Amino acid sequence: MSALLSVRDLSIAFGSHRAVEGLSFDVAPGETVAIVGESGSGKSATSLAIMRLIEREGGSIVNGSMQFGEAERIDLATADEATMRRVRGNRIAMVFQEPITSLNPVMRVGDQVAEVLIRHRGLSRKDALAEAERAFEHVHIPDPKKRLHQFPHELSGGLRQRVMIAMALACRPRLLIADEPTTALDVTTQSEILTLIRSLQKEIGMAVLFITHDMGVVAEIAERVVVMRKGAHIEAADVATFFSNPRTSYSRQLLAATPKLGSGAPEAPALSAPVLEVKSLSTSFAASALRGSSRTMAVNNVSITLGKGETLGLVGESGCGKSSLARSILRLVEPETGEIHLAGRDWLRLSSDELRAARRDAQMVFQDPYASLNPRMAIRDAITEPAQIHKLVSARDARDLAVRLVERVGLDADSVDRFPHQFSGGQRQRLAIARALSVQPKLIIADEAVSALDVSIARQVTDLMLELQRSEGVSLLFISHDIAVVERVSHRVAVMYRGEIVETGRTDDVLGAPRHEYTRRLLSAVPRPPLPAPAFQSRRRNDMNARSVLPGDRIHALETLNG
Amino acid sequence: MADVPISPRAMTRPAALGRTLDLWRQGDAIQRLALLTGILLVLVAVAAPLLSPHGPLDQSLLNRLAPPIGFERYRPGYFLGTDELGRDILSRMLYGLRLTLSLAFLGSIIGLIVGAIMGLVAGLFGGICEDIIMGAVDTQIAIPFTLIALLFLAIFGSSLLVMVCVLGLYGWEQYARIVRGEVKRLKTLPFVEAAHAAGATNMRIARAHILPNIVSPLVVQFTLSFSNIVLLESTLSFLGLGVQPPTATLGSMVGVGRDYMPTAPWIVVVPALAILAVTFAVQILGDWLRDRADVRLRSR
Repeated sequence: MSALLSVRDLSIAFGSHRAVEGLSFDVAPGETVAIVGESGSGKSATSLAIMRLIEREGGSIVNGSMQFGEAERIDLATADEATMRRVRGNRIAMVFQEPITSLNPVMRVGDQVAEVLIRHRGLSRKDALAEAERAFEHVHIPDPKKRLHQFPHELSGGLRQRVMIAMALACRPRLLIADEPTTALDVTTQSEILTLIRSLQKEIGMAVLFITHDMGVVAEIAERVVVMRKGAHIEAADVATFFSNPRTSYSRQLLAATPKLGSGAPEAPALSAPVLEVKSLSTSFAASALRGSSRTMAVNNVSITLGKGETLGLVGESGCGKSSLARSILRLVEPETGEIHLAGRDWLRLSSDELRAARRDAQMVFQDPYASLNPRMAIRDAITEPAQIHKLVSARDARDLAVRLVERVGLDADSVDRFPHQFSGGQRQRLAIARALSVQPKLIIADEAVSALDVSIARQVTDLMLELQRSEGVSLLFISHDIAVVERVSHRVAVMYRGEIVETGRTDDVLGAPRHEYTRRLLSAVPRPPLPAPAFQSRRRNDMNARSVLPGDRIHALETLNG
Repeated sequence: MADVPISPRAMTRPAALGRTLDLWRQGDAIQRLALLTGILLVLVAVAAPLLSPHGPLDQSLLNRLAPPIGFERYRPGYFLGTDELGRDILSRMLYGLRLTLSLAFLGSIIGLIVGAIMGLVAGLFGGICEDIIMGAVDTQIAIPFTLIALLFLAIFGSSLLVMVCVLGLYGWEQYARIVRGEVKRLKTLPFVEAAHAAGATNMRIARAHILPNIVSPLVVQFTLSFSNIVLLESTLSFLGLGVQPPTATLGSMVGVGRDYMPTAPWIVVVPALAILAVTFAVQILGDWLRDRADVRLRSR
């Protein structure tokens, strides 16, 4: 058995907490292994342990061995710091989730790549920069000479991740550890990066250890899968077997919770008078504080309608103006032109006092469950706050209302006396929904409400939202970048691109037969997990060939941004 | 103070005692020493009338310039010696400590309230309000505060009231800066936006969402500014501009004693040590609280 990396009985602890317990797996040379699991499963701890960066994070390797290498093998678990310095970045390289925080913001990206080359290959600065330029070309960064001299903030998320990959591959490592490298990216960018990693892997012949929570990505890139849960190894299988025939119930659960594109939209409710009608709405922001005159159109001539008890899914990539549209509808930012009719009111004509009173009709659920509840406010006050503001409940009865609300969203009654930090992300999102429900609004806007949650939790939360919608008859504007989730909850879909709605219609129609070029591109970029094994393999190969690595459009958009 | 919500109900006596015990358990040697010193100083200052063997103003010219216990020419009953008018140093020190601590406390509170309100207004409303307030802050930072204090005392004369006001003026700009920064940060957080979207007024947002979240940095700033004010009061009194004789404050005692430094050093040394003890206790406790607040932020 000539594994490049064999991990045996690995246990990792943070203080008294065991993050990983008795984990074993192998990575063969040139192979791609995906470690899958939800948050807290110990998958990132594992990757940090292999790089021996775990000590820096306050953890330690308690037990086990990690044999690495082809000819001469070293045990990474016991290697000293000097050995590790030679291994890190040289024979094992790593790509992180957040390219913006992994790059030094005050150093030109070319210098950052050159630094690795100077350090590990002993090149002179001039040679290293030339090599860096070749590395940039290699990862398909357009105009590499110019990019060398730019700073990280001047690059888009996708380009930054390409820089990270260029840096990781600069010394032709034998093993690349990619820790959620595409999670922070849009789907189209994600598919470009995945394609890039695969083609480079074939070229250099390195092994890839891919850490992710996304089953679609696993199907897209991996040959073998290791499933982890709460620090324990659940199962290991090759990808086709795993998707067609998962052995453990947890794997089956995980697969079932993953939203699959093409599994059908919910039945549309009977037509009724619209609750929300937006006509040619436009919102713009000053492009930069220094150049006050030029303005960026965040929302451009958008019209949407939403009936009673209906869900409209709003899809688009980050920066396309989805959130600006939501905030314009709620008048958290003031739109420039257009009309909004919400619950029978001419929303943009309301004075600020009238608006405050009218706000009970429209509530919002935010993306980040950790920031959307005041950390210093008890739950009983936090979730009844809207009701108290609108004097729907007296301070004395607020607690009773809070108890009814938390029970409504499936939490225990005694939750009301606790504080936000005592809840998990999913529970907090339930609390945010309870809060929105406290005033019995006609419209709830959910802005990426489940994007920060694990798939199984996200599934429960969307199920809750759908169930509440059926019982309360509330209309839902569901904003997400994840088309599969949108398909599952939305009766109708609107696709947004660069501030405009490019396509709208019944969910099945839009996703089944997209008319606009952008919708088609968005759909083709979505990783699709489980298909029957043979079809799945061949489809993947076709995809690989069909997909172009260079998206001219995005690069162009970037160019204008910098210009 | 980490996880306990700051509200009047939570500040009841058992909670406060529990927190002090908590502090004690987690502290290292120097922090425990600072905590003990702090508690001791407060107790002694409060109980000054009970502990003082003599009145702070009682003169006994026959016993003037007597050294502390253990030295030659020690006069029984005057443990820490007497000053040039035969007043008991120990008694004056206790009363001085009492006055200095209350001045510093009042001054810090005034600075806290003024600064917090200014910072809130600047952070919440922005625009011209913010420009004016932050302009005033920058101005005050640019001019040495001793000069400002001298100006005020020269114009209004020096009475206890003026003194309190001047000390209150000290440090408000630090509070204002901290509060404004925190408010600007908090304002962008979803829970504040959520309150806004729910129809909350600015007043409500400030009271229910902003204030409870800036308590920690304010507490830390309070302890820092407290010890600075003790030093400022001492400086002003030393210069003869602070509280007027014969009333004793730690600073005025040092000021008067400087003439006798070669012959009767204890007149200076005793109150100086008291100042040292106060600033030591408050600074160490302030740093400690800040560290604890940081831990909470990191673990969140």
